[in-house]
Amino acid sequence: MKSFWALLHRDVTLAIREGGAIGTALGFFLVVVSLMPLGLGPDLNLLSRIAAGILWIALLLAALLSLNRIFEADHEDGTLDVLATGPLPLELVTAAKSLAHWVTTGIPLAIMAPVLGILLNLDLAAYPILVATTLVGTPAVSFLGAIGAALTMKTRRGGLLLALIVLPLYVPTLIFGISAVSAGAGPTGLAASFLILAAISLVTIVLGPLAAAAALKVHLQ
Amino acid sequence: MQLIAEDLAIDRGARRVIDGLSFAVKAGEALLLTGPNGAGKTTLLRTLAGYIRPFRGLVRVEGGDDELTVAEQAHVVGHTNAVKLSLSVAENAGFWNSYLDGGADAELRVDAALRHFGLEDLSEFPAAYLSAGQKRRLGLARLLVARRPVWLLDEPTASLDTASSERLAAAVNDHTNSGGLAVIATHLPLALERARTLNLAAQKVPA
Repeated sequence: MKSFWALLHRDVTLAIREGGAIGTALGFFLVVVSLMPLGLGPDLNLLSRIAAGILWIALLLAALLSLNRIFEADHEDGTLDVLATGPLPLELVTAAKSLAHWVTTGIPLAIMAPVLGILLNLDLAAYPILVATTLVGTPAVSFLGAIGAALTMKTRRGGLLLALIVLPLYVPTLIFGISAVSAGAGPTGLAASFLILAAISLVTIVLGPLAAAAALKVHLQ
Repeated sequence: MQLIAEDLAIDRGARRVIDGLSFAVKAGEALLLTGPNGAGKTTLLRTLAGYIRPFRGLVRVEGGDDELTVAEQAHVVGHTNAVKLSLSVAENAGFWNSYLDGGADAELRVDAALRHFGLEDLSEFPAAYLSAGQKRRLGLARLLVARRPVWLLDEPTASLDTASSERLAAAVNDHTNSGGLAVIATHLPLALERARTLNLAAQKVPA
């Protein structure tokens, strides 16, 4: 377990010190969301109706930007080879790195989402739900993303390929994330969507590292 | 303990790089791999480390910990240094110490490793400001931050000056003296005690 925490700590330190990935994701999130009212016009009712959808889609795209660095940087400087010889099974290596990605990208994006909700005239009652769903839903974004990142690790400019692989996998998270936030769902609808969203995240936390580790094993050959 | 390779045949692409190679390296011994570029030194080392699955044959450690794979009992230093540029020298070494489970007295071990490779004055510097040779030394310091019986080194002297190469040779000698073993691919002669040489070019079976 000591190795797991050492790796997690190092990845979070690197992300904070290098700063670029978090800054780019947050900046992209801000820009995409603030473009929407400009494109759709100042119709406040329309904006508040589609706010949840826009926030979730923008959040997924913003998270996508930083995914490719999960393994690529470690592969380039040889760190991944050494990590593979460590006492930690590769599945836990990928789990630690996905978790670090969630801490450094998922949580900042989830915290920023309500701030951007103001730009879209999101219903006040929906703010706590928005924070809760984005926090619960973003682990799926990081852990599914790690699979794509592992598959495209050695691909030159694999960013686009990564998006093609990963975005379809995000569909369930997107659907239930939006339906939990949408005001029309009502209390029962909210609970159901929220629980399914949590279930999706839990499943990906278990299965994502296995799939990512399998992909890495092929690449290490 | 000993590291044993039995009847190895390794393919890279469609080419058979190594065919029918067997050897054993005993505790306290160093095996130097020589041969021209493309002779298969890196391929053989990566196979010993378990990254590459051989087409035929087996790599095993006898008398080690049976629960662990060869890779888990080995330090592998390849062409890359596994150094993070935005961490300081001490943080890099400290990370490998805790990740590779260097055991008690972590700080002493890390300090001793950095001192051995002459990096103690640079320990607070970000690795980004190091020269190529200093980065290489930091990469090699990993050998000393956690104890592992098998060392697999691929061109460890690349970009090292003479003094640093001697420090490396001293580290390998200490390691073999204390019962470790090492397999080292190199072009330059290293001042090693109890070293055997395996020339891969001579092993080559005509196609």
